Amino acid sequence: MGYSGMQTNGDNLLELQDVKTSFFTKQGEVRAVDGVSFAIGKGEVVGLVGESGCGKSITSLSIMRLVPQPAGKIISGRILFKNEDLMQKSEDQMRQLRGDRISMILQDPMVAMNQLLTVGQQLGEPFRFHDKVKGSLRKMCINLLRKVKVPAPERRVDDYPFQFSGGMSQRALIAMGIANNPDLLIADEPTTALDVTIAAQVLKLMKEIQKDTRSSIILITHDLATVAQICTRVLVMYAGRIVEQASIKTFYKNPAHPYSKGLIHSVPVLGRPVDRLFSIDGQPPSLFDMPEGCRFSPRCTRAEKRCFKHYPPETMLEDNHSVACWLYAGD
Amino acid sequence: MQGYILKRILFAAFTIFVVLTVVFFVFRLGPADPVSVMLPPDATPKDAENLTKKFGLDQPLMTQYVNYIKNAVQGDFGASFRFNEPALKVLFERFPATLQLGLVAFVFSVLIGLSVGIYSAVKPNSIVDRIGRVFALAGMSLPSFWVGVMLILFFGVGLRWLPIAGRGTFLHYIMPAFCMSLYPIALITRLSRSSMLDALKSDYVVMARIKGVPEFYVIITHAFKNASIPVLTVIFGIFGALLVGSAVVVEYIFSWPGIGRLVMESYFARDYPVVQVFVIFVTFVVVTLNLIVDIVYAYIDPRIRYQ
Amino acid sequence: MALLNIFSKKKRTGTKPRGRIRPPYLGFFCLGLFFLSVIFADVIAPYDPQEGDLFNTTIPPVWQEEGSLAHILGTDMLGRDVLSRIIHGSRMSLLISVGCILFYGSIGVTLGLVSGFRGGRTDMVIMRLADLWLSLPAIIVLFMLASVHGPSGKTIILTFGIMGWPNYARIVRGECLGLKQRDFVRLARVAGCSKLRIMFSHILPNIVNTIIIMATIEIGFIIVMTATMSFLGLGTQPPSCDWGLMLAEGRQYITYASWLVTFPGIAIVITVLGFNLTGDWLREVLDPKQKLR
Repeated sequence: MGYSGMQTNGDNLLELQDVKTSFFTKQGEVRAVDGVSFAIGKGEVVGLVGESGCGKSITSLSIMRLVPQPAGKIISGRILFKNEDLMQKSEDQMRQLRGDRISMILQDPMVAMNQLLTVGQQLGEPFRFHDKVKGSLRKMCINLLRKVKVPAPERRVDDYPFQFSGGMSQRALIAMGIANNPDLLIADEPTTALDVTIAAQVLKLMKEIQKDTRSSIILITHDLATVAQICTRVLVMYAGRIVEQASIKTFYKNPAHPYSKGLIHSVPVLGRPVDRLFSIDGQPPSLFDMPEGCRFSPRCTRAEKRCFKHYPPETMLEDNHSVACWLYAGD
Repeated sequence: MQGYILKRILFAAFTIFVVLTVVFFVFRLGPADPVSVMLPPDATPKDAENLTKKFGLDQPLMTQYVNYIKNAVQGDFGASFRFNEPALKVLFERFPATLQLGLVAFVFSVLIGLSVGIYSAVKPNSIVDRIGRVFALAGMSLPSFWVGVMLILFFGVGLRWLPIAGRGTFLHYIMPAFCMSLYPIALITRLSRSSMLDALKSDYVVMARIKGVPEFYVIITHAFKNASIPVLTVIFGIFGALLVGSAVVVEYIFSWPGIGRLVMESYFARDYPVVQVFVIFVTFVVVTLNLIVDIVYAYIDPRIRYQ
Repeated sequence: MALLNIFSKKKRTGTKPRGRIRPPYLGFFCLGLFFLSVIFADVIAPYDPQEGDLFNTTIPPVWQEEGSLAHILGTDMLGRDVLSRIIHGSRMSLLISVGCILFYGSIGVTLGLVSGFRGGRTDMVIMRLADLWLSLPAIIVLFMLASVHGPSGKTIILTFGIMGWPNYARIVRGECLGLKQRDFVRLARVAGCSKLRIMFSHILPNIVNTIIIMATIEIGFIIVMTATMSFLGLGTQPPSCDWGLMLAEGRQYITYASWLVTFPGIAIVITVLGFNLTGDWLREVLDPKQKLR
């Protein structure tokens, strides 16, 4: 199974090669991530888009090798980070990378923070456990809060998470993520739990920070609007696989995969009234019961016979635009 | 925070007062005539009359009640018939024995229960986990009095390794403390295990791992700290009840000279002042324990402090 | 209701089906033995449990010397057949336990409904009361009642009836709080149903599952407690064949007639194990969200 998008070269920060992660349950194997390949360059902001349950979160957990055990396991594939295969690293080596070179921001800040420790204590952990403490740990935490624009950081650093508002807690999470200026930051639905105005502020903050630190960001979301705001490239995921990769402009101008088209079409446009809001018919396939061919075929309006039987190969359309669909595969 | 503690103290005091009242009325207004209930079996009518006067039972009920409360506050709960000494004094003389046994059982239960429970949660389906679950089930299904009798049969009568009654050496503690610990260990193991499992699945644990926190800290500082709260409440809250209940049974079976055996003897000897003071004392201890738990809680969980 | 579904082999649909939870065969077996004894005691017990044969006292069980097939588990100090007494003892256990649960169950459920439904100060008061009640040992109430009323099975039922309601109240209240927000309850209020009617006709049917699960889990505990209290002499009195009582009577003969204490205990263990295993399984099957833990 080949992969395209950015070609393999030593310059990529992160490269996934045919990664497969499954969960082994009493009813059988759940193939949450079923052969995912893509590459992220230095300083790139890439959006990973897909609906709930398509495997995007598990992909990010796989990169960090934090797939929930004992049921979950990365069964094959390589994960190259700065040209080193993370799959070959020991748990201790991974632990050193986490929070330092690779970091992640979780979705719901209320649940992602320990309510029994102060925000300051939790902010300090990335510094403490990677030997990055220079001078006063407390001052470092205060500065960190300042970086994410939390007002009155000297007071806030001693507060508990439940004393923070939604937007502020998300900033605190971002702070924890960027503490050691990681090369790669994975943001898993960072704005989903926030209301629209706060979400906009947080996104703006992320954009600024990214300009500053030049980290690469993988932004996981189901919301196309978020992607449009800060990403330069889009990866579309469906039922455990990547079905399309494109730059932002190309994606919005010329979405190739029927699923991508459906997604874009579903977003209502202000000023353009419709009788009925569009939604893609049907449901994603059960993870226990994957169809043999293209996974989207049951819902696809343009499905042909071969779509149901064989999984389509990945086809390069133009530069950096690839799609896995029989419509483009030629013969 | 001060307000919180004050409220709890007031509530505790109120509870004790209510219990005192209930005990008074149950004993006075029960179907049995209070005097005949208190008389030794070989009493004469003259004895009855003397007793009535002595305990002020010929006075109106409310006066009796007021006197009763006045006396209770000073620690006077009447005199034991058997020993002709103040009931409270009789109780206090035997309390240390129960306390020692109880403490041994308590420490043993908490140590084993917590370690097995936490280990089971951190390493599910390990040998420790499987055996732990079986033992927990056993602890909840085996009646402690039967286990006690069986232990006596086996180790005392059969093998003659351990003494079967009384108190004296360290060996005397083994069987009674073990019996008392059965149910608590089962409870604590189950509870801490499920509590830890929940905590380990939570987002803040994932978050800690994401930050590169070493696993040891994740388990203790993040998971255990959160998991311990519901476990603590149960341990102390229900513990008083468990230990007292078991104490009565265990002391009875092993002839341990504590307040459990005292109350059994007193009950059968119809020495009701002692039974009465036992009830009140136990309530007092339990209420105080709960109060301490509430206060400790406020220190551990910042969410309570900031309300 | 969900109770019916556990026996249907309907294939579960959806993206997250649960694993099939193995039924507790051991638990069912134990319960089977227990209920068989309860229902068919008169038929399967070889002797009358109260009839003592003074020529045949303290005969050991059949596998020991001097044992005989006539009395498989031996006889006690009054010549009564141990096996028959154990079989009949199951009735005592069930009777008293069910009595207790019915008593405190109704109090608990009612208080829980009121507390959950009305909320506010009523709720707070009842819950504080429950907290307190839970920490008091039942045995002190038993002592008081036994002193005043005399010891008996009824005294046990009274004791637990008074002491046992907090658990039920708490859980029912929790469920109530959740259900209160649901649409069908809101609609009932809008339609003008009286609070009482809502509590009993709308909310109650939805918590029946929970109530049943709780009962199964608690009954094991109650049986042990009942036996303990009878053992101490504060519960059922001779010549009743309650298991705890049998153990108490047999204790004096422990050095040479140990079967008198072993078998009643085993009976208790089997019964309680049956209820506990079944209760755990019921909880996993009917309450996947583990609200009851």
